[in-house]
Amino acid sequence: MADKIIDLVHISKSFSGKKVLDDINLYVNKGEFITLLGPSGCGKTTLLRIIAGFCKPDDGCVIMDGSDISDLPPHKRPLNTVFQRYALFPHLDVYENIAFGLKLAKVPADEIEKKVKKVLKMVSMTDYEDRDVNSLSGGQQQRVAIARALVNEPKVLLLDEPLAALDLKMRKDMQIELKEMHKKLGITFIYVTHDQEEALTLSDTICVLNGGKIQQIGTPTDIYNEPCNSFVADFIGESNIVNGTMVEDRKVSFIGHEFECVDEGFGCDVPVDVVIRPEDIYIMNRTDAAQFTGVVKSCTFKGVHYEIFIDTDNGFEMMIQDYNAFEVGSTVGLIIKPQDIQVMKKERLANVFSGTITSETTVEMLGGEFEIPATTLENGTEVEVEVPFGAIDLQDHSDDGNVGGEVSFLLYKGDHYHLTVVADNDENVYVDTNDVWDKGDLVGIKIDPKDIVIRKKDE
Amino acid sequence: MNKRSSWTIPYLIFLILFVVLPLILVMVYAFQDAQGSFTLSNVTKFFSDADAMSTFALSIEVALENTLICLLLGYPAAWILANKKLNKSSVTIILFILPMWINALMRTLATAELFNMLGVQLGKGTLLYGMVYDYLPFMIYPIYNILMKMDKSYAEAAEDLGANPVQVFAKVTLPLSMPGVWSGVLMVFMPTVSTFAISEFLTNNKIKLFGTIIQENINSSMWNYGAALAFIMLIIIGITTLFSSDDDKQVEGGTV
Amino acid sequence: MKKFISQAYLWLLLILLYAPLIFIAIFSFTESKVLGNWTGFSTKLYENLVTGGVQGGGALLRAIENTLLIALVAALFSMVLGTIAAIGIYNLKGRKKQAVQFLNNIPMINPDIITGVSLFLLFIFLHITQGYTSVILAHITFCTPYVVLSVLPKLSQMNPNIYEAALDLGATPFQALRKVLVPELRPGMISGFILAFTMSLDDFAVTFFTRGTIGLETLSTYIYADARKGGLTPELRPLMTIIFAVILILLVVIGFTQKKSATRKNPEA
Repeated sequence: MADKIIDLVHISKSFSGKKVLDDINLYVNKGEFITLLGPSGCGKTTLLRIIAGFCKPDDGCVIMDGSDISDLPPHKRPLNTVFQRYALFPHLDVYENIAFGLKLAKVPADEIEKKVKKVLKMVSMTDYEDRDVNSLSGGQQQRVAIARALVNEPKVLLLDEPLAALDLKMRKDMQIELKEMHKKLGITFIYVTHDQEEALTLSDTICVLNGGKIQQIGTPTDIYNEPCNSFVADFIGESNIVNGTMVEDRKVSFIGHEFECVDEGFGCDVPVDVVIRPEDIYIMNRTDAAQFTGVVKSCTFKGVHYEIFIDTDNGFEMMIQDYNAFEVGSTVGLIIKPQDIQVMKKERLANVFSGTITSETTVEMLGGEFEIPATTLENGTEVEVEVPFGAIDLQDHSDDGNVGGEVSFLLYKGDHYHLTVVADNDENVYVDTNDVWDKGDLVGIKIDPKDIVIRKKDE
Repeated sequence: MNKRSSWTIPYLIFLILFVVLPLILVMVYAFQDAQGSFTLSNVTKFFSDADAMSTFALSIEVALENTLICLLLGYPAAWILANKKLNKSSVTIILFILPMWINALMRTLATAELFNMLGVQLGKGTLLYGMVYDYLPFMIYPIYNILMKMDKSYAEAAEDLGANPVQVFAKVTLPLSMPGVWSGVLMVFMPTVSTFAISEFLTNNKIKLFGTIIQENINSSMWNYGAALAFIMLIIIGITTLFSSDDDKQVEGGTV
Repeated sequence: MKKFISQAYLWLLLILLYAPLIFIAIFSFTESKVLGNWTGFSTKLYENLVTGGVQGGGALLRAIENTLLIALVAALFSMVLGTIAAIGIYNLKGRKKQAVQFLNNIPMINPDIITGVSLFLLFIFLHITQGYTSVILAHITFCTPYVVLSVLPKLSQMNPNIYEAALDLGATPFQALRKVLVPELRPGMISGFILAFTMSLDDFAVTFFTRGTIGLETLSTYIYADARKGGLTPELRPLMTIIFAVILILLVVIGFTQKKSATRKNPEA
C-alpha cells in the first residue's frame, strides 16, 4: 500500500451561497499522477486552489504528510503550482522567473545558477536564460512555468489546465513530455483538466467531478470501461446511453430487446441505465445471426474508423464505430456481447422536490408557485412533490414558465433527451423530452397538474 | 493603405495646424526680438535673472515635493481601494474620483478660504497642502486602475513560490504597478510645475511660481520673453516625459 | 485590525479632500459676505444666483452660460472629429500609426499653460481676432485626443468584419458607418464626449490665454478675476454646492446602473 501524501477530508466550499464543492473526500498517493477531471464549473479548479492554499474551504481539512495544513498560507506549503495562463512575471526574464523561489529561500547564488541551468535543460530550454518572457511562444512559456515550479523541488506539483492555451499538436507533445517528467522525477502530480482524452492519456488515477461532487475515482481503464453513472459514461469517450430494465440477474432488456449481460444483484424488473461504447457493437451485412437489426442512417469516415449512425428496428438511434463502411439505407445486423454491456443503477426515477402547500390547488416549490390536483392538506404543510421526468414542459422563454431555468446537461438516450435543468433557485430539475435544446438555453418550467403527486413529508 | 485609414487626414491637418505649428511658434518667438530678427537674448535674459532663476528652481522643488507627497499618500490609498479584502464598497472609489470632476479653481479657492477662516498664514505650507489636495486623486486613480487590472495570478504565483505578503508586494505587485505610478507622477508633476492660478490663490501672491512669470509676461505683451520661458518649460516637460516613458516602456513591455 | 486601519486611512484622506467643499456648502446657506461668519439660515444666495441679483449684474450668469456653451460646442466637434480620426488611426499601420498617435498625445501631455501660450501665439501669428471662436478651437484641440482614446478601444473590441459584412449586405459606406459602426462605437463616443465636456468645463489656463480682450468670461476666468479682486463672490458658494451635488448624484447613478448591468450580465458573480 502506497503512502498517502495528500488527504482531503470532508471539503466543502460555497461562493455567494452556491455550493461549488460538496463534501469532497479524496486522497493522493506519493508519486501518483492524479487528474481532477470535469466540465467547467464542476469545482475542480477550486479544489486545486484549496490544496495550494489560495482558497480556504468552508468545511473540512487538507492533510499533507500526516499534518493538517489547512491554516498554512500558500507560501509555507511545500508544493508548487503551474498556473493556467502560466503567470510568468512579465518584469523578470526567464532566469529571474525560475530563480524567484530559490532566491526567496535564500539559496546561495552559485547553487541557484546550477539548479536553474539543470531545470532549463530538463524542459529543453537551455540558452533561454536572458530572454524576456513575453518574447516566448506559448509552448516555451509553458516550459518556463513548469521549470519555475519544479526548480523548488516541491513534494507535489499542481497543474491547473496547463495545456489549455496550446494548439493541438503542441498539446500532444507536451503531454508526452509531462508524462516522462513525472516518471523521471517521481514526485506527485495533481492535474486539473476538462479534456477527457488528456486525462486518459496522462493519469494513473482519474477523479471525475461534476456539480461539486466526486462522480467516480479510478484508473483510466476502470473509468472508461465501467463508468458508474450516466454522467461519467457520457463525459468520458463516446457512448450510447439508453434506458433499460434489469429483468433478472444476467438479463437486461433495452431498445426493445432482451440481452444477456454479466451484472447481478440488481433485483427483478428494476429500471437501469445501460451504456454501450460505440466500438462494442458488432455490425454486419447479414441479419440472420443478429440480436437485432437496424437501418444505416449515415456513415462517416473518421480517419481510422467509420462512424455509423443506425436506427434500430424499434426506433432507437445508436452510434457505432467500425473499420468497415456500410451503405446508407441498407439493413444491417447487430450484436452486443454480454461483457460489453455496462448496467448502471438509476440515480433517480422521478423528480422529487420539497414544497409548501399554499392553497387547495397550489404548491410553492422551486422558487415559484405551481398548480396541483386538489388537495385536502392545510396551507403551509411541508410536502414532497413527485414529478415524472416526462411531465415537465419546457418553454422557450423563462417568463412563460412558472419558474425559469437554464439547461446545464444533456444526455441523448437513443430516442429522447434527458436534460438537467438548473432552476432559478439552483435546484436541479430532470426532464425527458423529444425537443432539441442546447446547453445554456434559458427555459421556462411548466408542469401539468395532473402528473403531480403530493405526499406529506414524514414527520 | 486601405481607404478608411484616409479618415485620419482631417484630424492630421487639425493637429498640424493647432498642435505642431503653435509649438514651432513658441520656439520661433523665443528666439526673436520684438522686431522679428533672430536673438538669444530672451534665453540669456532668463539665465542672468536671479529672480526668475530662483522662481524656476522653487517651481521645480514644489512640483517634486507635491508629486512625492501625493505618491506617498496615494499609493497606499490606491492599494487599499483595489484590495477586495480591505475595501468591499465601490462607493469609496467614486468618492475619491469625484473631486477630479469639480473645477480645480473652485476647489483651490475653497481651500484658501478655509485657511483664511482658520487663520492659517498663507505660504509654502498652504501651497503644498492645496496642491496635494488638488492633485491627490490624479495620483490615486491611475495606480488604482493598474492594480485592479493586474492579473491576480501573479501575486498567487509569487506566494506559491514562497513569498510572504511583504515580499509579494515588493517583488511583484509594486514593480508591476510602475506604469500606473508613472502616469500618476506625470499627471501630478506636469500641472504642478506649470500652474499659476493655484499658487496665486494659496499664497495670496506671496510666492510666485514659474507659471505666474510666464503669465505676467504674456499678459504684459512681452511675448518673446514669455515664449522663451514657455520654451524652457517645454524642455523640462519633454525631458520628464522621455524619462518616464522610457521607464514605462520597460515595464509595459512586460505587461501583456 | 488591518481592515480597520485601512478604512480609517481612506476616510481620513476623504475628510481632508472634502472638508473645503463641505465647508463651502454649509456657508452657502447663510447670507454673510464673509466666509465663516454664520448669520443664520437663508437661501438668499441661491435666489440671487437664479435671479441674477448678484453684485456686478449678470456677469456670473453670463460666465456660466459661456462655460456651458463653449463646453457643449467643443465637446460635440471633438466627438465627431475624434471618432472619425479614431477609425482612421485604427486602420493605419506601423510608423504612420505611431506618428499620429504621438501627435495625438501631445495636447494631453502638454501642461495647460503651454497649450494656452502656444495657441495664443498662433492666433497672434495668423492675425485671428480672439474671442469665442479661438476659445472653442483651443478647447477642441485639447479635448479631441480624449475622444480618440475613448473610441480606439471600442474599435479593437469590435469584430473587424462587421463593417465589411454591412457592405456585403448592400449598405453604402455611409450607411455602414451610420447603421453599424456608430452603434458599436457609441459607448466610446459618449464617454469621450463626457470626458471632453468636463475637460472643457474645467479649463482655466487655455481659456485665459485665448479669450482675447473682448471681455469673454467663463466660470474659471470669472472666479480667477474675482479672487484677484480679493474675496469670493458669495453667490459662488451655492453654485459650487449645486455643481458638487449634481456630480455626486450623477456619479452615484452611473455607478449604480453599471453595477446593476454588471450583475445582470453575470448573475453568478
